[in-house]
Amino acid sequence: MNFNIFHHFGNFIQWQGQIYRRPENGKMYYKETIRQMYDIGIGSFPIVFLISIFIGAVTAVQFSYQMTGTLIPAYYIGYIVRDMEIIELAPTITCLVLAGKVGSNMAAELGGMRQKEHIDAMEIMGVNTSAYLVMPKVIAALLMVPVLVCASAIIGIAGAYIASVPVGLFTSSDFIKGIRSFFEPYNVFIMLVKAVVFGYILTSVSCYQGYFVKGGSIELGEASTRAVVYSNILILLADYVIAIVLTA
Amino acid sequence: MIRAEGIYKRFGDHEVLKGIDFVFEQGKTNLIIGKSGSGKTVLLKILVGLFKPESGHVWYGDTNLVTASKEELRKLRMQVGMLFQGSALFDSMTVEQNIKFPLDMFTKQTHKEKIDRVNYCLERVSLEGINKKFPSELSGGMQKRVGIARAIVLNPKYLLCDEPNSGLDPQTSITIDELISSLTKDHNITTVINTHDMNSVMEIGENICLLHQGHLAWKGNKDQVLNHSNEILHDFIFASPFLQKLIDNKK
Repeated sequence: MNFNIFHHFGNFIQWQGQIYRRPENGKMYYKETIRQMYDIGIGSFPIVFLISIFIGAVTAVQFSYQMTGTLIPAYYIGYIVRDMEIIELAPTITCLVLAGKVGSNMAAELGGMRQKEHIDAMEIMGVNTSAYLVMPKVIAALLMVPVLVCASAIIGIAGAYIASVPVGLFTSSDFIKGIRSFFEPYNVFIMLVKAVVFGYILTSVSCYQGYFVKGGSIELGEASTRAVVYSNILILLADYVIAIVLTA
Repeated sequence: MIRAEGIYKRFGDHEVLKGIDFVFEQGKTNLIIGKSGSGKTVLLKILVGLFKPESGHVWYGDTNLVTASKEELRKLRMQVGMLFQGSALFDSMTVEQNIKFPLDMFTKQTHKEKIDRVNYCLERVSLEGINKKFPSELSGGMQKRVGIARAIVLNPKYLLCDEPNSGLDPQTSITIDELISSLTKDHNITTVINTHDMNSVMEIGENICLLHQGHLAWKGNKDQVLNHSNEILHDFIFASPFLQKLIDNKK
């Protein structure tokens, strides 16, 4: 049996201790964090916007289709769309997409730096490369992913409205009544917890894959793919665990 | 001065270094030479702490690099400048930002002081006025010189160079050699150069160690290179029949 997974898990845990160290120069770390926040936040907004609007639209259209001819009031569609967006679709779909966009980018960036000896060069200068190259990315993700997830939820609900009301699937007042009914602020808390946990997973897993890459361009491509696949699997696993823990 | 004591290193079953003892002297250009695969790069990476040896010690003055704490290692590394084989310049930064990076990270100098220092280092490597260029806009030789400028920006006591002449034409190689040699003399630093370039050996080899199959096969200086009885050194130097013929004719 191959125990590689245990080796990587142990290595990953040990590595966390090197990342969260006192910065050599707070100003440099701050600058890098701002740059990463821009890359993650502004850089990912267009794709998050597009995906959210279509996910919201499809959710509303399909619920409308399933509820046609039932005794469930039409305004329930707004309520269901809102809660699905907040609890599940916005955090999970957004973070799966971000794992593909941001995660693979981080793995490729760090892997490229490793191969071109940039990381070695920084190490020899005395820089704690694990901290300087990874901590700003994780902090930026922890700050920006919840913002993107909130935006995704709002855009998704707007997408549901735009796709359904003008074509007459239900009325505007039904939809608005739906999204204002049975609101549980706790669901927003669940969404934010998911956003933070998923943001941490997608950055730290992707950075790990890139930082420890060995070999040439084929290995770099593989590391980038692994970053996305492992992040996605762990995000879905964490989604299940959070659902059990916070809703049980 | 850097002292390597009984350095032993293996990767899996493959023994790369089998007990290397050598003193790299201050104020001299110390050369590690040998065929490809002889362990030169591994030894250099052990000297800067990128690899840990299975056994042996690396002394920088009184500090043992192998057993140094993280804090000691960090302080020591601030005294070390390194030029990489591929220069390792950060692609997304300009020349100025590349050279300024260690100053930004480790000093509290003002912006003007940092720029003055960058300009001094660029002047030192004869590359004035290229501050705003990106590494991709420079030739291989210029990239190496920028790499040297970045390596000396913090006034290091130790300068380590991994194959500084690889991929360069003979004239540019000589320029780089002369530059490293003059920096060594001017700042009285300990310079270690890993090379298989015979021009470098004959031009700047003040203290040379020849590695062969993980062993220290010969040590000496450039004046002793041509007058020796070591077979391994002979094979290494006269690998080119042209050079052998030239020496024979001279004799």
